[in-house]
Amino acid sequence: MINRLNLKAWLLLLPALSLLIAFTHWPTLKSFWRSFTWARSDVAPSQFVGLDNYRIMLDDPVFWKVIENNFWYALGTVPTSIGLAIMMALWVNSKIRCTSLLRLAFFTPTILPMITVANIWLFFYSPNIGLFNQLLGLVGIAGPNWLGDPDLALSSLMVMTIWKEAGFFMIFYLAALQTLSPELFDAAKLEGANAWRIFRKITFPLLMPTTLFVLINALLNAFKLVDHLFILTKGGPNNASNLLLYYIYETAFSFLDSYYAATLTVVMLLTLALIALVQILVIDRRIHYR
Amino acid sequence: MSSWFQKFSTISAYLLGIVWVLPLLYAFWAAFHPPEFATQFSLTAPLTLQNFESAWDQAPFFRYMLNTVVITTLILVSQLFLCTLAGYALAREKFAGRGFAFALVLTQLMVMPEVLIVENYQTLAGLDLVDTYLGVGLPYLASAFGIFLLRQTFKTVPQELEDAARVEGLSGLGIIWKVFVPLAAPTYLAFSLVSVSYHWNNFLWPLVVTNTEASRPLTVGMAIFGAPESGVDWSVISAGTLIAIGPLLILFLIFQRRFIQSFMHAGIK
Repeated sequence: MINRLNLKAWLLLLPALSLLIAFTHWPTLKSFWRSFTWARSDVAPSQFVGLDNYRIMLDDPVFWKVIENNFWYALGTVPTSIGLAIMMALWVNSKIRCTSLLRLAFFTPTILPMITVANIWLFFYSPNIGLFNQLLGLVGIAGPNWLGDPDLALSSLMVMTIWKEAGFFMIFYLAALQTLSPELFDAAKLEGANAWRIFRKITFPLLMPTTLFVLINALLNAFKLVDHLFILTKGGPNNASNLLLYYIYETAFSFLDSYYAATLTVVMLLTLALIALVQILVIDRRIHYR
Repeated sequence: MSSWFQKFSTISAYLLGIVWVLPLLYAFWAAFHPPEFATQFSLTAPLTLQNFESAWDQAPFFRYMLNTVVITTLILVSQLFLCTLAGYALAREKFAGRGFAFALVLTQLMVMPEVLIVENYQTLAGLDLVDTYLGVGLPYLASAFGIFLLRQTFKTVPQELEDAARVEGLSGLGIIWKVFVPLAAPTYLAFSLVSVSYHWNNFLWPLVVTNTEASRPLTVGMAIFGAPESGVDWSVISAGTLIAIGPLLILFLIFQRRFIQSFMHAGIK
């Protein structure tokens, strides 16, 4: 009986699990293996080279540049997206007029393809005729070259990322806000607490589980979301806005070096594992609180 | 002071709302006006559909859209089927290795196929599936997220219902189909909307694995179409953008509440 049950369960799991393994777990292992090998060309047999690829990586200034960029990119997009998302959720959940229109406006970027809206942002950012510089021109400021200036390119990407993400994260806060009991806020108002105090002492602490969940997702996105680079900057100028996943793509499919790309992929996988570890530790702590 | 703060906050909310729809509003402006008005805004600018005609002529939008629809459907149907089976097994069956199987599933929530483009491309090339619908869809045919969502939902189905169905003479797949699937309808809808919008918009993997119009989806087509080298002007790009996002946008506007509730539903689990 037990054997029969075992078999049935595994048969139900088999198709999904074998696909997941074939395209997630197996390629993960293969990336590690490939990062220790090298071949002169695609047709030549690959040989074990130990840590050579990693040595090359540590000497590669572009690698350090994309790591640095990714760090700033995460730091620049994650807290701002979360802050804006909380503000949006509070507004949409409040008693001001047209909240459903407002919710629609904030959420729409979520369902639009990053790649196609990047085309529109490209126009916003373009020098001379671009919308931003036209607006700046109205007040007499000569706008910069948003995407062409190495000091501004990454920040310009961040602005678009925040625009794309904040409304998505708003949804989770909205769901959480709707579960909070209104009596709590009525009581605080009776006590004479002002809006900022209510937010700081009641709303924000109660939203903490949502913030942790959103934080993990925002962090993952900071490493996975590179679609707009293909349209806006292609990682340039001179890698000023290049990010790790885009560099992996370039290495594998433009420079055709799958061995070095695998080495970079390992760095990416370790980063994701680190984020997962943070999540596990954070979730464990939450369980303690309950 | 409080009412002053209230007013300031309300005005900020509306301003931010306008800023958030600005890119879309601009796309509409540029698409429906002649190119010379793409960069200057005047109320007297004449309306035109010429940009849509040019866009339609300059890129095989119909083919791209067909490809996107086929790929998205292929992925969704397969996901719904495979995730139901796996979700049921993980939620209701007691078997050796369940914890291990569930851990394998959870891993994919973190490491999604996009990150593994290098190896997955090699696999696809080995299977001779590059530039095919199946090739674009294959890494996504099973979804860890879907399995997870359905497992959570199936866990809440009372054991009595399952027992009653068994007494009625239903067995195995019959119980899943007649008892569990109908009860999980909201989860299926939520997952479907999230999945469709994800794969309609997916770019990096399709870019890697497609070479020609035969399998290239809208996102990849738009990236080529909008590239500065293609020499197409803003108005035509905007029209193309609207064509590309049109179906999804219309679907979203009609089922707006459903969409937002679905994303909430999927997020809370």
